[in-house]
Amino acid sequence: MSERRATLRRLSCSNGASHCSRLLEGTAASRERRKRKGLSAVRREEAGSMAAVVLSEPEKLYIVHGVQEDLRVDGRGCEDYRCAEVETDVVSNTSGSARVKLGNTDILVGVKAEMGTPKIEKPDEGYLEFCVDCSANATPEFEGRGGEELGTEITSTFYTVFSSENSVDLKSLCINPREHCWVLYVDVLLLVCGGNLFDAISIAVKAALFNTRIPKVRVLEDEEGSKEIELSDDPYDCIRLNVENVPLIVTLSKIGYRHVVDATLEEEACSLASLLVSVTSKGALTSIKKVGRGSLDPESIFEMMELPQYVHMGRGWYWS
Amino acid sequence: MAAVTMRLPVPRKPAVVNAPRGPEKHLVAPGDTITTDTGYMRGHGTYVEDDKLIASVAGVVERVNKLICVRALNTRYNGEVGDVVVGRITEVQQKRWKVETYSRLDSVLLLSSINLPGGELRRRSIEDELAMRDCLQEGDLISAEVQSVFTDGALSLHTRSLKYGKLSQGVLIQVSPSLVKRQKTHFHDLPCGASVILGNNGYIWIYPTSEQRDEETGGFITNLEPVSMSDREVISRVRNCIVALVTHKLMLFDTSILYCYEASLPHQIKDILKPEVMEQIVLETQHRLLDLEG
Repeated sequence: MSERRATLRRLSCSNGASHCSRLLEGTAASRERRKRKGLSAVRREEAGSMAAVVLSEPEKLYIVHGVQEDLRVDGRGCEDYRCAEVETDVVSNTSGSARVKLGNTDILVGVKAEMGTPKIEKPDEGYLEFCVDCSANATPEFEGRGGEELGTEITSTFYTVFSSENSVDLKSLCINPREHCWVLYVDVLLLVCGGNLFDAISIAVKAALFNTRIPKVRVLEDEEGSKEIELSDDPYDCIRLNVENVPLIVTLSKIGYRHVVDATLEEEACSLASLLVSVTSKGALTSIKKVGRGSLDPESIFEMMELPQYVHMGRGWYWS
Repeated sequence: MAAVTMRLPVPRKPAVVNAPRGPEKHLVAPGDTITTDTGYMRGHGTYVEDDKLIASVAGVVERVNKLICVRALNTRYNGEVGDVVVGRITEVQQKRWKVETYSRLDSVLLLSSINLPGGELRRRSIEDELAMRDCLQEGDLISAEVQSVFTDGALSLHTRSLKYGKLSQGVLIQVSPSLVKRQKTHFHDLPCGASVILGNNGYIWIYPTSEQRDEETGGFITNLEPVSMSDREVISRVRNCIVALVTHKLMLFDTSILYCYEASLPHQIKDILKPEVMEQIVLETQHRLLDLEG
């Protein structure tokens, strides 16, 4: 551990080309690969699942040096978010919906509540189903099946985030144990991809769940034992979900030797690894996921994990 | 400490100053009838249906004698000979590079149209062809001038002057090409401390002013020294000012950027992007520009 620290200190002291090459060693390796393979194969591999922009080496260097000095390209510090706009109740034929604009990124989420059968292993709970659609409006790369990989990655991340028992009170979604329950279908639509997708989607999902109105139902039992479900006549008679414990995702992208929150597309192109941390308003971490080709030092992971708690407490006031 | 602001959306109204209007412009939307007079020839952006001339794009109607065309405001870059463009290399082909300039087709930069590093003038040989990737790679940014337009509409670029070439450290912003005003020169050294290249294709490049003015390198040697903090602040502020001007659809030229920069000085750099601060800065800039005109 001390040798690693000494290496880091040596690297941060040295100036000039060797310093640049260490910071950008991901891109130098990719240049070699590009020379050996064709360009298109490497571009597909590098673009991976995220819609990425191509930057020149000096541009990346400018961004990396800026992050080291806590002054990003648009004047923000490493821990500042872009201005966000949240709007609920935008889609009329859903049970709940929300639209979030985080800088350039534009996300639309709709929640539909439908009746279904509970899962066998959890007979007295309802459940959530996520579906993410990367529309071709966001980037031409998402045309056809291009956005499927990104969509499945986001969906699986949300299943992990919401897998903890306390996030949504699933028992309140149960109507009849083993027979009927509410299933919440959460559909996410990516309208514009401007960097930091996970944060924006998590805010939109929480806002849409906050906005969801589930109709109140009564279960009537006949003499023969068959059950009938009665929907109340009043359309405004509905139950609301308690979203206090729904976690929000904070993405920390590692650029150079520091980490930033709310990375733009250009900053995402310079970062080799990111940490997705989902945190509740009380500061409890529910899940952590690492994305990206690069590696993260365990020490820096602990350092990065302290930040999301401050961020979520700052965002907590909106939900009250 | 982490700063997060969330807000509800507010209806956006354009921050317009009562400017003296010039001659009334005939604005049309797609599907609008321009004229029912059959004596006119139809130009770009129009089509004929049922003896009526109808616009196919949203823009301004322009009439030259008997020719009617509609010039769209939000469109891809249409190149003219002599324009200064900033572009990104997308492909390296046999004797040329393909450059992305936000036009309908990728522009072409021929190997014979660049200055070889070292400055010598000679015939390009096989070794030069094999060494193309050492000069310009995929992802590199260049500033160039449009030399000619091919028949299919693709532009042919050249970097044959010492002021053009590969761009090193700085910030790129992409705006709509119709917001960049046509001027005598597109390379500006702003007195606030940054330099800016206003590409006609809507790509704006902001970079720190280099100290050596006499040593024109011709641009293939990239400077990888870290940029100082004061230069970075100026560049970030100029970048945010340009984003503010573009959001409110003001024309971009050196004076408007400078006035916007001066109006933004009382605010912090990251606050410029807040909608209310943006509106206030842009209004002040508009007032100053109007005072300048008349």
